[in-house]
Amino acid sequence: MTLREIVNLLDATVHTGENRLDEEITQAFASDLMSEVLTLTDTPLLITGLCNMQTIRTCDMATLDYALIVRNKKPTDEMLELAEDNDMVILSCRYSMFRTCGILYQAGLKPLY
Amino acid sequence: MHQEYTIIEGDFVNAGKASSSVKKTLKQLNVDPTVVKRVVVALYEAEVNAIAHAYGGKVLVDIDEDKINMVVADKGPGIPDIAMAMQEGYSTARPEVRDMGFGAGMGLPNMQKNVDKLNVTSEVGVGTTVEMEVNFN
Ligand SMILES: Nc1ncnc2c1ncn2[C@@H]1O[C@H](COP(=O)(O)OP(=O)(O)OP(=O)(O)O)[C@@H](O)[C@H]1O
Ligand SMILES: [Mg+2]
Repeated sequence: MTLREIVNLLDATVHTGENRLDEEITQAFASDLMSEVLTLTDTPLLITGLCNMQTIRTCDMATLDYALIVRNKKPTDEMLELAEDNDMVILSCRYSMFRTCGILYQAGLKPLY
Repeated sequence: MHQEYTIIEGDFVNAGKASSSVKKTLKQLNVDPTVVKRVVVALYEAEVNAIAHAYGGKVLVDIDEDKINMVVADKGPGIPDIAMAMQEGYSTARPEVRDMGFGAGMGLPNMQKNVDKLNVTSEVGVGTTVEMEVNFN
């Protein structure tokens, strides 16, 4: 599915990467633990409840281009600046992690493992 | 090419600055992207550890034609049992560190997996030095 469909399904906010919303996503990975994210060799959509500079840094190191921040947390300007520098797409939604994952799973997004 | 970075005690916001900068340099040098990812993931984990578990320190990076050598040396409590610290899942991370998204006990195992050479030395009450090397091909 496209990022745009994800945004619509979750009524999500697009913070950066508006121009990339037509890109296709097939897989997602959900975690609040950045070292877990740093083990990935694939590059899925990251769904996370962690909302700080390390969220963006981790995506940079792990070459992840798409991050969805859940539980109504708002990324800071500093985070978005770094995300923009790295040409990342940052989304956020108000739903909990479980609900977010449930909606996306039901809509056909595949787990990484 | 030699680069040095300072890691400041408690400076979580800037954890990863050295890794970001090394990433840019290696990209410019046209190093294979999968190798770049291995390098920066390992360096980032070491940088975060120097802030999460110690009181900051230094990152020394040396880039040759065919390899990169990285040393992350911190002032800190040291690691009493390195073999135990290397085990996946072992973590003494404080609640603040867990709130920052770390403390899975996967950092050192991640470094081990991603580099060609890893050497951890530590003196309790003094600090820890992590030396890593990655070959480019
Ligand atoms: N630089 C260091 N100084 C002191 N202790 C350290 C240092 N690096 C690691 N340790 C010790 O080794 C343990 C394991 O480190 P490791 O990086 O594998 O996991 P973590 O940092 O606890 O969690 P994660 O890296 O998954 O976020 C740490 O919890 C800490 O007790
Ligand atoms: Mg660690």
